[in-house]
Amino acid sequence: MRSLADLKPGEIGVVKSFNDEYLSLKLLEMGVLPGTVVEMKFAAPFGDPICIRVSGYNLSLRLDEAKTISLT
Amino acid sequence: MSEKKQGLKIALVGNPNAGKTSLFNQLTGLKQKVGNFPGVTMDKNFGFFKLPDGNSSIVIDLPGTYSIYPRSMDERVVFDVLSDSTSEDYPDIIIVIVDASTLERNLLLFTEVIDLGIPTILALNMVEVAQKENKSISVKALEKEFETKVVSINARQGLGIEKLKKALTEEINRPSKAFFEASSLSPEIIPVIKDKFNLENDYLAYQYAQQTYSKQFLSNDEKRFIADAKVKYNFCDRQFQTRETVERYQQIRERLKSVVVDKGIDTNETRSNKLDRILTHKVYGYLIFMIILFLLFQTIFKWAEPFMDMIDYGFAQLSFLTRQYLPEGALTNLIAEGIIPGLGGVLIFIPQIALLFCFISILEESGYMARVVFLMDKIMRRFGLNGKSVVPLISGVACAIPAIMATRNIESWKDRLITIFVTPFMSCSARLPVYAILIALVVPNRNVMGFFNLQGVVLMGMYLLGFLAAIFSALAMKYILKAKDRSYFIMELPIYRWPKWKNVWYTIFGKSKTFVLEAGKIILAISIILWVLASYGPGKKFDQAEEIVKKEMQINNIADSEYEKLLSAHKLEYSYAGLLGKSIEPAIRPLGYDWKIGIALITSFAAREVFVGTIATIYSVGADVEDESTIKDKLRAEINPKTGKPMYSLALGVSLLIFYAFAMQCMSTLAVVYRETKTWKWPILQLIYMSGVAYIGALIAYQLLK
Repeated sequence: MRSLADLKPGEIGVVKSFNDEYLSLKLLEMGVLPGTVVEMKFAAPFGDPICIRVSGYNLSLRLDEAKTISLT
Repeated sequence: MSEKKQGLKIALVGNPNAGKTSLFNQLTGLKQKVGNFPGVTMDKNFGFFKLPDGNSSIVIDLPGTYSIYPRSMDERVVFDVLSDSTSEDYPDIIIVIVDASTLERNLLLFTEVIDLGIPTILALNMVEVAQKENKSISVKALEKEFETKVVSINARQGLGIEKLKKALTEEINRPSKAFFEASSLSPEIIPVIKDKFNLENDYLAYQYAQQTYSKQFLSNDEKRFIADAKVKYNFCDRQFQTRETVERYQQIRERLKSVVVDKGIDTNETRSNKLDRILTHKVYGYLIFMIILFLLFQTIFKWAEPFMDMIDYGFAQLSFLTRQYLPEGALTNLIAEGIIPGLGGVLIFIPQIALLFCFISILEESGYMARVVFLMDKIMRRFGLNGKSVVPLISGVACAIPAIMATRNIESWKDRLITIFVTPFMSCSARLPVYAILIALVVPNRNVMGFFNLQGVVLMGMYLLGFLAAIFSALAMKYILKAKDRSYFIMELPIYRWPKWKNVWYTIFGKSKTFVLEAGKIILAISIILWVLASYGPGKKFDQAEEIVKKEMQINNIADSEYEKLLSAHKLEYSYAGLLGKSIEPAIRPLGYDWKIGIALITSFAAREVFVGTIATIYSVGADVEDESTIKDKLRAEINPKTGKPMYSLALGVSLLIFYAFAMQCMSTLAVVYRETKTWKWPILQLIYMSGVAYIGALIAYQLLK
């Protein structure tokens, strides 16, 4: 299954589900909901964390956290 | 504090970066105060202003948060204040400030707050930013869709503030129904909690069930009552929270359709992205960060110097004048030698702290600090820290006290605790005078590799040593500490903006004030205690100091001009502090120290830089402590009675340098750690650990170099 961590800079995906309940609560609050379009913007120098565009703003998160977000 | 007599109570709520601080500053000007929230160690910022109808009002600036479900200490306060109607901070009106450019996400918090049933006004900020992003927002439609009073403001430029003040005096209509019907999730438990706690609002009752344990004002019996009810009615916190958040967003998106018109290309985003490409670049990103760090160091140490010298000189003069104009006696001595230098010892750090916070608030206001956190997270994580630990660690170079206070926005308790624990290893400015004199004493003043000054290199090495001690201690703690909560790094990267100078100024002013009041009390108290210890002593040798010194001077044929210096040296030797120094001598002898240095170690507990002054007194340099060359000459001439060689050898110098780099010799830091962790366990462990590292480090260095 493709996750947010698999996106390359510039690629777009649609959030399908979360596989970590604890993190999903925070992500939902930040506007990352199932059905939301996310765009991978860029990664920090060592590839981690990454920056994504969601709900009209830039959000940074670690790769491990991005892996918990499955895309359609 | 005049908190009780004022009229209308207003709470300011909003997302981080939504402009809450700007609005707070616009509303209150300099009529701001810092207090404490009951039960927690958070600073409570509040201020006063007059409403258009002549009534006065108090406004509380609550910490920025994305929702009323708390993650960090900062955020916990928000819900506590808004949910406890018996609290003195419970507001009559809430202003939710909303960033128009990220309306959707900002409205989540708004809908949660308005459902609590307190009259709420929506302050729509940064409409001009949204316009630059080619979004147009209809205030009328927003008012209608969300059934609330909306005031469009520009918090940075102060536009719309009068309209907002006027809105506060008008009647605020409550929405016809809750945004989110809590009873749809758990119909049974809500009436039970409402009944038990006498609540009127469904959502508040639902939140009692959701956040039972973080609520400070519930007794244990009450908490148990709720916990039992939750089991009985099958209340699933996380599942319900998920459903609630999703439903809120769906509604917000639905209702926003008629409010926001998006017209395409977002020019702000493109500008921010271009900057990000450079500032988070794998080469330029770190290079720019290094240059900024270098500037920060330059600022703290070079620019602050003249101001610090002025303060130092001013207090020395004040001390001198006190002696001249007040009648001689113990009280005058206490004022001139205890209280005034003690106060000076606190105030001398203000230039550094002010400049540090000037820098940090510019970096934060502009949005750059979030990028530093982003750049450093991966590296810091290896050592059990967090990207957000960078700010406290950098601040620690000026002073550990504000640095430890800056850890509050780290959500993970483990990350935060580790950061608090290791920050005092960073070489704070109080260590600088100690380093300066010791390095000048034992490191030759010559150039290496052509242009590097050896003394300068060693000084830099001391800072590096502190940093290494910090990160490797963090690494050790990462494996020792059992984490109760998970570390995560889900953080907004705000768009770049020019800093607002008024906000920068208020930060400098507020932080300096907090430092003086918080650290100042303790440093002053300890200075007075130390003064007493150093000025009084038991037995004949102390009481008859004058005669003894005079006799010795006659025997050794010493000029009368030396009398005062010899007398104070003699008195210190036989004072309580001197006796303490002698009694710890056996413990510190392996490090190469004698009882004289022992006294300096003890007095250093108030503040490290006291070392220089104490050493000056012990070697009877005289009153002019600041004349470093005199101290150096005296120390250089000091002979070790056992070896017959100079006392201040390379071995002793290095041993002392290492001791001062690692030892926890700061009462104020311990007090702040207690305040932040709410238990004596951590400051005590910190004291033991750091002193242990210092002792072993100094021991090894001395024994190897001896």
